[in-house]
Amino acid sequence: MTDATRSKQSQRVEHRVNFIDGNALDIPILKILQADGTTYDGAVEPIIDKTLALKIYDTCVFTRVLDDRMLGAQRQGRISFYMTCTGEEASVIGSAAALDDGDVILAQYREHAALRYRGFTTEQFMNQMFSNELDLGKGRQMPIHYGCNALNYQTISSPLATQIPQATGVGYALKMQGKRNLAICYFGEGAASEGDFHAGLNMAAVSGAPVIFFCRNNGYAISTPTEEQYAGDGIASRGVGYGMHTIRIDGNDMLAVLAATQQARAYAIEHHAPVLIEAMTYRLGAHSSSDDPSGYRSREEEGQWREHDPVQRFKLWLVNKGWLTEAEDTQLYQDYREEILAQVKVAEKIPAPALEQLIEDVLDTPTPALKQQLAQLKQHISQYPKSYPKLSGRG
Amino acid sequence: MAKMNMLQAINDALRIAMQADPNMLVFGEDVGHFGGVFRATSGLQETFGRERCFNTPLTEQGIAGFANGLASAGMTPVAEIQFADYIFPAFDQIVNESAKFRYRSGNEFNVGGLTFRTPYGGGIAGGHYHSQSPEAYFTGTPGLKVVVPRNPEQAKGLLLAAIRDPNPVIFFEPKKLYRASVGEVPEGDYQTPLSRAEIVKSGEHITVLAWGAQVDVLMDAAKMAEKEGISCEVIDLRTLAPWDVETVAESVRKTGRLLINHEAPLTGGFAGEVAATIQQECFLYLESPISRVCGLDTPYPLCHEKEYMPDALKTFEAIKASINY
Ligand SMILES: Cc1ncc(C[n+]2csc(CCOP(=O)(O)OP(=O)(O)O)c2C)c(N)n1
Repeated sequence: MTDATRSKQSQRVEHRVNFIDGNALDIPILKILQADGTTYDGAVEPIIDKTLALKIYDTCVFTRVLDDRMLGAQRQGRISFYMTCTGEEASVIGSAAALDDGDVILAQYREHAALRYRGFTTEQFMNQMFSNELDLGKGRQMPIHYGCNALNYQTISSPLATQIPQATGVGYALKMQGKRNLAICYFGEGAASEGDFHAGLNMAAVSGAPVIFFCRNNGYAISTPTEEQYAGDGIASRGVGYGMHTIRIDGNDMLAVLAATQQARAYAIEHHAPVLIEAMTYRLGAHSSSDDPSGYRSREEEGQWREHDPVQRFKLWLVNKGWLTEAEDTQLYQDYREEILAQVKVAEKIPAPALEQLIEDVLDTPTPALKQQLAQLKQHISQYPKSYPKLSGRG
Repeated sequence: MAKMNMLQAINDALRIAMQADPNMLVFGEDVGHFGGVFRATSGLQETFGRERCFNTPLTEQGIAGFANGLASAGMTPVAEIQFADYIFPAFDQIVNESAKFRYRSGNEFNVGGLTFRTPYGGGIAGGHYHSQSPEAYFTGTPGLKVVVPRNPEQAKGLLLAAIRDPNPVIFFEPKKLYRASVGEVPEGDYQTPLSRAEIVKSGEHITVLAWGAQVDVLMDAAKMAEKEGISCEVIDLRTLAPWDVETVAESVRKTGRLLINHEAPLTGGFAGEVAATIQQECFLYLESPISRVCGLDTPYPLCHEKEYMPDALKTFEAIKASINY
């Protein structure tokens, strides 16, 4: 255990009853980039050069186009389900860009932009969404539940917050293995209400695990607004309560996210300690393709947040710097639209995984009972091939 | 009588129970103004106010523990767990606390007023995490009642009975049928008794048993069997814990055969319990081994959902195998 994590208690003594107000914490918010693409006076920019900046922007555009196209594909019935990152690109990409490739990402589900930043190809995205035989996850989970060992991105699990204490374990493992790497764990402010959040943060603080807990505070958990999710000063105050380095940032400000995560990373690795980042942002889209936000929030509210579009703000900064032109920007969108459309058409024609894969990976090897169940199933399907069209004509 | 789908029937039951019982509270993730992700609680906040119908923070453990506390203090909490797949964070509060409050305290305290409602089951392209049927984890826990309706009329009557039962009840709702199952539902207040199975269709040659959404599967299989001259007696168990052994045993004594169908994996599923008990009760009447048509021993899959499901064709084949044994 390190000094940074050793427990301590204030020695201040009082002789009158004096409660500390639950709202007494007044955590500031870091802002670097203004709406017009210039930075605030006195703001300290992150470490960023043209190559990094353009890679970040490229990921933003890819993510926007992917979200737009795949939501369309869902409406056409080509995929069963979709969730967007729209509005939260700066939080996800800005933080991912501050990491080393050896840092392990444990995401909630709305962070495919971080996976893209790591190098997940358009084809790989499509294979997962269409549950075809090339999907790394073997077609077992709904669209958007990506995972890729080669890119240190653990596979998404739907039960919320389960990744939080797991991230603590991963961070501790990296420390034990002597690596100068950490785990980064993404979650929403809704998931921060789960017991697993409290367990994970406390374990990390006490064990000195290098982990960045990255909360995307995007205003809603499905229909539930933050006022009905928690009282007190946001999620950041919880980090303080667990004795952890904590910061709140403007989650729609690419430079603020990048700067905070770069420094969080340096601190966590240096001190073997966790850091909590609360990024204040807004879920511009619906919760998922099954949700209709008009039942719980107004168009005006959404419109106001559109003015804080993180991608637009970062683009203006790039244009101001002379690193991007309008023509290049238009071309980038155009190219991704074409690429994604083309890849959709390829992926949806690739067949489903073979039936044998259904019984793989339950344990390291299929049990005798499972082998028997598979044999029965195959026999049954061969008897009624028309009733199981997905697999007819295949082994 | 009114035509309703299952969601409307559930909503109607909640409304009637809240009107009758001022101590009743309805809460869970998104159940407030929004009416729940499936809209089972629509309009309840408007009618009964935010104090009696509200959103909770996103914590199933918190919801269940809070519900236990309320019930132990004399309230009637009806808590929604958004998907049965997400009941596991609440597992400790349910199996160690709800189930044992009365027993461990010598009935100094109990949580009899408590009901958990939760959508379960597959057939909706949800993959695992939106498709599980976790009933057997709870039927194995003494102190809980486990109820599963199959249509709107039952959903209303059983839910009203569950809410008023002096024991904690887990009410599993087949989400596949929420909108798909539509039928005539009595308008007023009525209760369908718990722990009583229903003979949905009488028959001669084999008893086929299921609950919830799988009863429709049995009916389809029975129709196929009919064409081959096999007459099936179809039973809907309705309450899994404690279950109606007598009705099932009586049927099996008549038909000499039993098939049990459920969506959850075969191994450790509730069908095993039914089979063991009926074998004990009806050994000398059985003309073939009791058969089980269930989910495979894998987590619930996405792309092979159709293949995974214990569907009507598989049931039909098992019926024939039992008859020709
Ligand atoms: C344990 C658990 N309970 C409930 C759900 C259903 N669910 C999926 S997403 C969601 C809301 C999550 O909100 P938040 O964490 O704020 O993330 P956001 O969707 O806003 O990005 C809920 C309730 C779940 N997936 N897991």
